[in-house]
Amino acid sequence: MKHVMGVALCALLAGGVSFTANAQTKLTIATVNNGDMIRMQKLTDDFTAKHPDISLEWVTLEENTLRQRVTTDIATKGGQYDVMTIGTYEVPIWSEKGWLAPLDQLGADYDEADIMPAIRSAVSQDGQLYAAPFYAESSMMMYRTDLFEAAGITITDRLTWDQTLDIAKKLHDPANGVYGICLRGKAGWGENMALITTMGNAYGARLFNEEWKPEFDGPEWKAALSMYVDILGNYGPPGATSNGFNENLSLFNSGKCGMWIDATVAASFVSNPAESTVADKVGFTEAPCAETCTGANWLWAWNLGIPTGSQKVEAAQKFIAWATSKEYLELVASKEGWANVPPGTRISLYNNPKYLEAAPFADETLLAIDSADPINSTLKPKPYVGVQFAAIPEFQGIGTTVGQQFSAALGGSSSIEDALASAQSSTDRTMQRAGYY
Amino acid sequence: MEKTFKSPLKHIAFSVFAWLVGLMIFFPIFWMVLTSFKSELDAISMPPMFFDFDWTLANYVEVQARSNYFKFAMNSVVLSVGSTLIGLVFAVTCAWAMAFSPTKRTKNALLWMLSTKMMPPVGVLVPIYLVFRDWGLLDNRFGIMMVLFLMNLPIMVWMLYTYFKEIPKDILEAARMDGATMPKEILFVLLPMAVPGIASTMLLNIILAWNEAFWTLNLTTSDAAPLTAFIASYSSPEGLFWAKLSAASTMAVAPILIIGWFSQKQLVRGLTFGAVK
Repeated sequence: MKHVMGVALCALLAGGVSFTANAQTKLTIATVNNGDMIRMQKLTDDFTAKHPDISLEWVTLEENTLRQRVTTDIATKGGQYDVMTIGTYEVPIWSEKGWLAPLDQLGADYDEADIMPAIRSAVSQDGQLYAAPFYAESSMMMYRTDLFEAAGITITDRLTWDQTLDIAKKLHDPANGVYGICLRGKAGWGENMALITTMGNAYGARLFNEEWKPEFDGPEWKAALSMYVDILGNYGPPGATSNGFNENLSLFNSGKCGMWIDATVAASFVSNPAESTVADKVGFTEAPCAETCTGANWLWAWNLGIPTGSQKVEAAQKFIAWATSKEYLELVASKEGWANVPPGTRISLYNNPKYLEAAPFADETLLAIDSADPINSTLKPKPYVGVQFAAIPEFQGIGTTVGQQFSAALGGSSSIEDALASAQSSTDRTMQRAGYY
Repeated sequence: MEKTFKSPLKHIAFSVFAWLVGLMIFFPIFWMVLTSFKSELDAISMPPMFFDFDWTLANYVEVQARSNYFKFAMNSVVLSVGSTLIGLVFAVTCAWAMAFSPTKRTKNALLWMLSTKMMPPVGVLVPIYLVFRDWGLLDNRFGIMMVLFLMNLPIMVWMLYTYFKEIPKDILEAARMDGATMPKEILFVLLPMAVPGIASTMLLNIILAWNEAFWTLNLTTSDAAPLTAFIASYSSPEGLFWAKLSAASTMAVAPILIIGWFSQKQLVRGLTFGAVK
């Protein structure tokens, strides 16, 4: 018995140490699980055929887990990943800290000028790319054309939030399982705060003034939050405080939302008959404005970057050049059709008649991405970069706390005034502690 | 001893209540398995579909095509069984000393050991990550096995201590009178008597290590990644994923569910040992 236990133990311990003898350069790529990234994994063979000296190891993780995992690794220079999928929030912060390697060997035929200007500026520092955009999104409104027609509503110009509220009232018919509007209600800096901040921008608000002091106690934020609570609380689905992107996608696809304002990437899901029961009854238009249209729709991109802890920067740049190239878009189109190419990053894609024909939402997506500017996204001047976030390390915590307070206002456990006062005091405390003033 | 009821009505009421509690606990697992056979569209349908949908194995096919399930499963087996076996070596000796040669500080030591479980793991993530980085243990099965072993050690010691306390000290003394050395006393006298307790401790710790999702996600990438990482790869921030996630989760919990099913008697006995005398 003793002998058997000893052997088993040794075998397990020995199993813990893995030895590899491989002449190939193995790149470990951390990525989120979404359709475009999974498609890229399936096309790995094309890359390895062109670069037989490089092999790829994919690590796919849920977004929050990935963010925590790659942040730990890059901050400690763990060197576990050679290529990381990171958002536009991380790129400016990490590049400033020197955690990302500059992408300066993408090749002569990479055509950097073809990247959408708004996205390029979001992932560059002093004109140097620190991450390459894989796909990008803004926000827009998706609506049910059949319900609009039945209610006699036509959209002639960009809507305001007041007009949107009127339409939501007309469409709201809970007895027949249709809610006027679906919006993000789940608390989180990347959930309800993404939408509410763009609403705030539209009402002329900003997260911080030029001295980095929060402005949640101003009239602009009060107007924005009041509209959010009114429209979603009264004309949205029940239990809206727990709805994020996927919950609203489920509701919209099962025909329960008259309107839905969310990421442009949703357009391909809601118009896909395999996933949506209302695929042929969906219209697209820009996100509503209020006092201004500046910053009324967000800008986000998933990008590929290389941590400075990686020992394989050269091979990693070859991979990034392949995955974010124009040729890659053609490769996806040849295998999966033009409607499935990663959207929002290349100007040339939106000049391609084949893509425009395959993707009925292409014009609205382009309009939304083009009009979102991370530098000038508020009516009044601001010190931070980002439309629906401020690209400072403290924002994740601030956004989540404020998001919880706003979610409480939506759920009715707190008043709008109390939620704004709490948001102001907690943010003020965080910014003071961080030494901004 | 079987519980007897004087009134049959009470018996029925108790049985109904027990069944209801059992069904409530089982329902999420049942729903997960059911969802794994639906299309993504059926998985989100409202009202929910119970059996009237087009059954499909497509999610299992896709999950197997996208990920190497067996690699993750093998890592889960190695990590959970390995960490439990290592833990057992330390926990048996530790519990033996505490049960049969207690000092006035034994209780305090036991409580202190358990108190380490109250610390949120994220609090020590960066220091442990740095140690792992410097020792080359990131994404290494031996490294994560050590973390799991140390993490579950307090529970193993506590459980074994409880079992050992039930064993009459006189038997061990008799063995010593017959000339048994300390290792012989533990191996040939104590352990055979404590087999049910050790078996349930092992089973519980295998389950705990199997389900551990913080350290296994943070300290592994690909070579040492267990089934928790496999499941995590099927949750999506943008896009429907419930059916595929359910298929991945069903595949991940199936082995431990089967082991648990076959060993439920030992598990229940182990968990309720000493509760009713």
